[in-house]
Amino acid sequence: MARVRARLNRRKFLAGVALTGAASAQLPIDKASASAPMIPAAPRPSALRPTAAIAAAETGTPQVSVQSGGMPSSDFMLDVIKSLDIDYVPCNPAQSFRGLHESLIDYGGNKKPEILTCTHEESSVAMAHGYFKIAGKPLLVPCHGTVGLQHAAMAIYNAWCDRVPVILIGGTDLDASKRPPGVPTFHSAQDINALVRDFTKWDDTPVSLQHFAQSFVRAYKMAMTPPHEPVIIALDCAMQEETLRDRSKLKIPRYVPTAPPQGDMNAVREAARLLAAAERPLIIADKYARTPEGVKLLVQLAETLQAPVIDQKSRMNFPNTHHLFQNSDGQALLKNADVVLGLDLSDYWGTVNGYIDNGELDGAGLQESHIKPNTKLISISSVTLNTKANYQDFQRLQVVDIEMAGDAQATLPALIEAVKQALPANRAAAIDARAAAMKKAWDDGRARTRAAATYAWDASPIGTARLSMEVYAQVKDLDWSSVGGDRQLSYWVSRLWPMDKHYHHIGGPGGFGVGYNAPAAVGAALANRALGRFSVNFQPDGDLMFGPGVLWTAVKHGIPLLSVMHNNRGYHQESMHLQRISSRRDRVASMGKDIAAIGTRLENPTIDYAKLASSMGMWSAGPITDPNELAPALKKAVQVVKAGEPALVDVVTQPR
Amino acid sequence: MSFRIALVTALAVVGAVQESAFAASAEHGKAAFMQHGCWQCHGTMGQGSIMTSGGKRLAPDPLPWEAFSAFVRSSNRSMPPFSETILSDSDLADIYAYLQSIPKPPDPNSIPLLKQ
Repeated sequence: MARVRARLNRRKFLAGVALTGAASAQLPIDKASASAPMIPAAPRPSALRPTAAIAAAETGTPQVSVQSGGMPSSDFMLDVIKSLDIDYVPCNPAQSFRGLHESLIDYGGNKKPEILTCTHEESSVAMAHGYFKIAGKPLLVPCHGTVGLQHAAMAIYNAWCDRVPVILIGGTDLDASKRPPGVPTFHSAQDINALVRDFTKWDDTPVSLQHFAQSFVRAYKMAMTPPHEPVIIALDCAMQEETLRDRSKLKIPRYVPTAPPQGDMNAVREAARLLAAAERPLIIADKYARTPEGVKLLVQLAETLQAPVIDQKSRMNFPNTHHLFQNSDGQALLKNADVVLGLDLSDYWGTVNGYIDNGELDGAGLQESHIKPNTKLISISSVTLNTKANYQDFQRLQVVDIEMAGDAQATLPALIEAVKQALPANRAAAIDARAAAMKKAWDDGRARTRAAATYAWDASPIGTARLSMEVYAQVKDLDWSSVGGDRQLSYWVSRLWPMDKHYHHIGGPGGFGVGYNAPAAVGAALANRALGRFSVNFQPDGDLMFGPGVLWTAVKHGIPLLSVMHNNRGYHQESMHLQRISSRRDRVASMGKDIAAIGTRLENPTIDYAKLASSMGMWSAGPITDPNELAPALKKAVQVVKAGEPALVDVVTQPR
Repeated sequence: MSFRIALVTALAVVGAVQESAFAASAEHGKAAFMQHGCWQCHGTMGQGSIMTSGGKRLAPDPLPWEAFSAFVRSSNRSMPPFSETILSDSDLADIYAYLQSIPKPPDPNSIPLLKQ
């Protein structure tokens, strides 16, 4: 690594601090000795206050950034970062990227990007995850390259599974001979990126500033090319802090977006032929709509064919107000379909097959096909472009008739045109008839959904359908955005709230990593703040307890978000698993003092989420157990959020 | 145990349970519904969920007792079978009485929140 490092460096600085620290440790004793007696007569604090000089040495800004005849290298790194129009840097601070941190606040003025103080790296990454799903822009997440990256790993995996870009920087000390003693030395690694290599799209370890410029822009470019994925740059701590003598020799590559991969045109035409000829075509979308344009394209394709659409809700793929939205009739439509088009399905097998977890077939469980034997299956998916090695984001192998490796949204314009060309004129009457049938089916489905919502309407613990509609009553006249998943609320939000905008629903974590929802909601709310939207989040209790510190981050940075607790007082899915396995073994699961299997409940003691939020400076109310008390509390909370602050209402709920 | 044997076994106990069902306690049945974990997938009022019970509801208007008890004793679907070892005939009858006691829900058109 041929480069010259500034010798007025942190080693000398740290050595100075160490000497000063040693002196400070000695000072009180010397003073005490001088003035004897050794034991003070009056009570004294257990720790003596440091002198102003000691405090400055231990907490002040290191003077190593004052450099003559050049600029800090991390200032140039920030120039590169700024060229990519990154808005925020959610992070937990770490010595290994202190050079860049200092440049962000003192050279960059802490603007565009702005640092967001996070209490856990998992929260930092999940905030970036949620932010992208609203803003369509990635955030920069620096973390300590060893322990910080380990904290971040689960959230990176979620982002990878969910096709979401995050630009990560892992601070590291590459030159072992120059690592300062202490943590940077004995907690280092030769290749920090290895930890997350299986679930990042690309990584690099630049060894020069020009290398950094090229690799950072390349990383951004790769992350932002569908399938979107996280990327990571290992950033040498020493390189951040060295002096750049001649800035003019360095170039920042211009970012030019890469066109997304489109399905093969021959396959597109064949798929169009099948769809045009189908009597009962069905479209199923999962991680499909990357942008609002994706929703419009899917409406266009569905209307061209008058084909029903099932939205698996990893995104807001299709308006639930449209007559072709047919989730409530999904199983019947699938059973009768003659052609199925799957758009970025994570689990095609699970979509067209049923699985019964009953221990049959030597533990494999029962498997049942949900389609006719001669149903034609078409897939457009980028999953085959994504998987690298060990970790995976697919399930059992489903044989399909036409499979296109490509981005579904990018492929749809060509598919729409091909379908229009393939439709014979004599199909018009049949397609019109399909439209009429779908309109009636939509009306019937809506009536069934409303009727289903009435069950347990007045229950305590509060029913999830009632909860979702009590919240809707308070936000329906606002430009709202639901920024949490609603799977654990039996999808009542996306079943009952009219959703026709891309930001009305952003889906879940992708990798089912618990701990995503709370920070992702804060990140999404941050993006919505700039757009004047009202963000609302149904927050599962178990998920919040993985990283409640993100509530403080929301308060600290004035991020308006209404969090409504789905407080079912347990890791409920696991409660059900324990119930299932114990009954299968003809045993009663031990519950201890709880109301479900030991190890699955968040009770005895119960957690007071209102107090938890309040302790971090957030407006809060609850716990609420009577559904009639919801409206007044929610009304107040909405006012707080409209004024620009986060608020939390704790609601004791039914399990699902 | 095959499904057929299980079903025969379950039906054999129906007669005995039917008799006790007449004296069943809805109040105790609610406690048993919670203690045996029924609430976890079916909700505390048997309302069910598309996530945990395939959207099927237990109440109001539960299945006829014979079909209900036979399914509980011999299910081979996602719901595991509950044998007499872990759920007594008496508790099962009380649970059924609880489900029978759950009132019908209101008409959706009578709920302003569902007319938004």
